[in-house]
Amino acid sequence: MKKILEVNSFSKVYGSGCDCCFAETGPERTNICPGCGSVVAAHDVSFSLHQGEILGIMGESGSGKSTVVKSLFFDEPASWGQASFYDNGSRYDLFELNRAQQRQLRSQRFGMVYQNPHLGLNFAISAGGNIAERLLVAGDSHYQRIRSRAQDLLQRTEVLPERMDEIPRNFSGGMQQRVQIAKALATDPPLLFLDEVTTGLDLSVQAAILDLILEIQHELQTAMIVVTHDLGVIRLLADRTLVMKYGRIIEAGLTDQILEDPQHAYTQRLVASAL
Amino acid sequence: MTVAPILRLENFCKNFALHEQDKVIPSSAQVNLSVYPGRLTALIGPTGSGKSSVLNGIYRTYLTSSGRILYRCAAGEEIDLARADDHDILALRRSEIGFVTQFLHFLPRQKTEDVVAQPLYQQGVDKEEARARARATLEALNLPRRLWSLSPTTFSGGEKQRVNLARGLTARPRLLLLDEPTASLDPRTCQRVVAQIKSLKKANIAMLAIFHQMDLVKQLADEVVELSPAAEGVMGGQP
Repeated sequence: MKKILEVNSFSKVYGSGCDCCFAETGPERTNICPGCGSVVAAHDVSFSLHQGEILGIMGESGSGKSTVVKSLFFDEPASWGQASFYDNGSRYDLFELNRAQQRQLRSQRFGMVYQNPHLGLNFAISAGGNIAERLLVAGDSHYQRIRSRAQDLLQRTEVLPERMDEIPRNFSGGMQQRVQIAKALATDPPLLFLDEVTTGLDLSVQAAILDLILEIQHELQTAMIVVTHDLGVIRLLADRTLVMKYGRIIEAGLTDQILEDPQHAYTQRLVASAL
Repeated sequence: MTVAPILRLENFCKNFALHEQDKVIPSSAQVNLSVYPGRLTALIGPTGSGKSSVLNGIYRTYLTSSGRILYRCAAGEEIDLARADDHDILALRRSEIGFVTQFLHFLPRQKTEDVVAQPLYQQGVDKEEARARARATLEALNLPRRLWSLSPTTFSGGEKQRVNLARGLTARPRLLLLDEPTASLDPRTCQRVVAQIKSLKKANIAMLAIFHQMDLVKQLADEVVELSPAAEGVMGGQP
């Protein structure tokens, strides 16, 4: 399988930063630098992702797991590090791109599904309109083609096409996530980011969304980064898993190995408390 | 012996470092064995002698504490599974190495025939073809037809075990790891499993299997490796 993403020594600091930020924070301490009060949200994060692979990033609140995908999706600028995205024979140095190049990758080659649908959807326009917006930005301007593509996507994610002209507010939480997924998939992106997408949903709705994600991965061979604090989601979806704590990766491996033979004290506690 | 082994374990050791209890639990110690194409190596020994840890170590469900796991790939090169990159292990699991564990891990809400065909789907085999091969194995293992379209969630222990076995056998990997494949089966079904394993041998598949019943070892094993419990004791440092 081809490599699609490679991240090297990514760091993200909120605040002025000082010389002791990295030395004084970490898994054994906290993520707040005692010297200057800056928050070290992520430090020295490195990993790679292959085509069609699902990588899980697991950790509790404040571990930096969401920071990683937010920076890769350009929601937040990276502080340090390097990330290469490989697409159609080209290599993109993600943290060096200008605004226009970032917008282009975001709108066409990456998809993002947020825990909060308000971040991923425009609540002022219809479900179909949300998908159309993404297709328009990607350069399609043929009304009928856009409409039928939106219809197909909503059908694929099991949203009744009859409801495509309704605004997202009228939908249940699970439906809103389905519309987000349909929107993210509109441009057939090779890379999808999923940030706590099932958190806060009913169990049966969670199950249906997770099934949908697996089907998509099977059919389209989309590479995904799944951010979650839920071991069940990791077990079900991820081929490989990173465990993060206070901004650092403390353990990385095949998902079954992380769950059956965790090495780090923190992971052992996490797994023991879940089973 | 003129056939070259497909898998060689050299001084394989596995310990578990439990941080919470501040303990190191030894599991497998200094295991040496070879597995050959078209032959079955049986792992025997009392409970606690680390038999399952050997299989889990080969499959990378457990990390190896020390020693080497040398596997000769279909492409001919030899790689150390104890140290290989995660991506290489995933690729080998998809196409070359199968593992029938004691417990069935399956996706919830999936039909039994899809659970069994899953490894074939991953290898890119056409869906209908994969389902047909899955059904043939389920038939051979005597799993009632009315169960094929149900999820195994509510199946009995013996039924789940047959589903698990069927998945491993249908995939026809180059190397198949079997952890007590007949533990909860009646004698008649057991004989069907024996027949299936014999046919895999004819197909030149290499197998490493844990058995507790000595008559199965007699019927199936070409080599026998006996493990003894790892010495208890306090170990310092990392596993």
